[in-house]
Amino acid sequence: MQNLRDLYQDLIVDHNRHPRNFHDMTDANCFAEGVNPLCGDQLSLYLKVENNVIVAASFLGKGCAISVSSASLMTEWLRGKSCEEAETMFTLFHDLLTDEKADVDPTSLGKLAVFSGVREYPTRVKCATLAWHAMHAALHDESQIVSTENE
Amino acid sequence: MLTDVKIAKLREDFPVLSEQVNGHPLVYFDNAATSQRPKAVIDAMNHFYFHDNANVHRGIHALSERATHDYELARSKVQQFIGAADASEIIFTRGTTESINLVAQTYGKATLKAGDEILISHMEHHANIVPWQMLCEQTGALLKIIPINHAGELVLDNITTLIHARTKIVALTHVSNSLGTINDISSIIQQAHAVGAKVLIDGAQAVPHMSVSVRALDCDFYCFSGHKLYGPTGIGILYGKAELLKHMPPYQGGGSMIKTVSFEKTTYQDSPYRFEAGTPAIAEAIGLGAAIDYVNHIGLDVMAAHEHALLDYATTQILTIPGLTIIGQAAHKASILSFIMDGIHPHDISTIVDKYGVAIRAGHHCTMPTMVFYQVAATARASFAFYNTFKEVDIFVDALKNAREIFS
Repeated sequence: MQNLRDLYQDLIVDHNRHPRNFHDMTDANCFAEGVNPLCGDQLSLYLKVENNVIVAASFLGKGCAISVSSASLMTEWLRGKSCEEAETMFTLFHDLLTDEKADVDPTSLGKLAVFSGVREYPTRVKCATLAWHAMHAALHDESQIVSTENE
Repeated sequence: MLTDVKIAKLREDFPVLSEQVNGHPLVYFDNAATSQRPKAVIDAMNHFYFHDNANVHRGIHALSERATHDYELARSKVQQFIGAADASEIIFTRGTTESINLVAQTYGKATLKAGDEILISHMEHHANIVPWQMLCEQTGALLKIIPINHAGELVLDNITTLIHARTKIVALTHVSNSLGTINDISSIIQQAHAVGAKVLIDGAQAVPHMSVSVRALDCDFYCFSGHKLYGPTGIGILYGKAELLKHMPPYQGGGSMIKTVSFEKTTYQDSPYRFEAGTPAIAEAIGLGAAIDYVNHIGLDVMAAHEHALLDYATTQILTIPGLTIIGQAAHKASILSFIMDGIHPHDISTIVDKYGVAIRAGHHCTMPTMVFYQVAATARASFAFYNTFKEVDIFVDALKNAREIFS
């Protein structure tokens, strides 16, 4: 069924089964937790930031294929990016999934464009964005646990 | 017996069942969350709004008399449906949740003291947990839990250590919404009564699947919702024994629940009106009455036999899928099939089968403690009604096989 494959593309299935950067980080200097209690999705995000550059990103947690693969692909993408670049991508990613009026060129998101199919599943957007909200909270040193269930 | 031909005919009573979803005929397997409504129910509500709409009680005009008649007739239908002794024992509420809250905040608050115990079970819906926790906070009473085993059955071996002199309220589900277990509540009711405790039964999942006689059960309170019984949302029932209702303080204050009001002293109506402050959900009550007529016309036993056959067939079929585990394997089950699949989150299962037009539920089903017991965050749950077919089960199983393929 083609439209299901639009959502569950091989890249998403692969990152769900073998999440990258799936470990904690003892020398992380930014940390945030994301929890969607209604779904049961939960992740801990670790970032190491030096001179405004994210030099390492990792996560631990559990959840659906969309949330796990999103966290996995995000941690891959974040490495080597400045905090400003990370925030810009967060906005872009969010717009790609939620804002029909936003004119987002999927190619500008690289691998992350694999989540463009999530837009067709409004109830699943919160799964894809949880890791990104956690990233935002980690960079802003927000101690509150992040949730995307009331978005 | 419901033959394929009969079911095809009955399905025509439910307009929504001919919907197309994602290019496929709707397969509605989310009946434990809410059932669908037959035309008879929709028509009864429409008829009320088209021809009889007026407020009930105390109106001295034709429409109000008709509205009052139909509203009270619905109450009588409920009374007969659950075998209550008198219509005054039937209170209209917004649903099971409000019925339980009503008992907690009237009977519970008026009678419980610090150190008293409220006994529930490990398989309760949040609606039969949280109102009691709130009551415990208000009164200093303690919440006790009947454990469950891995099959999803109540463990009653040491029940005498849980039901004793300090036990004042036992609140139990008749049928578990997340496991499907049918609990043998009769024996627990007897044991609770032996120590002087009162028993409330959450019948939300039971009433659509089996005939219930509150007098035969001898429970003190019984709660259920209209919308799981092919009736409207926003209407539910609290049954209470007359003797208890007589001494219970009101729930909410307002119109309809009073005899006289003065600034010095207000006196209250008798049951059921004492517990029905304000304008009730009139059309919804009438719709529930129509739903009961509809169910009686087919016969609960006939419906239940078909639902059970569907459950057996679906259970056998989904177990052919590798890595699938059924959560809730009690010896006595209603037509609720909860399951998990290795490597596929229930939300992903639900999204995938939805693409085949199959509506199931995925999540904790408002039973977080039950999920913790099974060490899962969520399950996928298919729940069957009499209008479902074996062919629909096949579509569902094929969709699950596709989920397995995508994630293989």
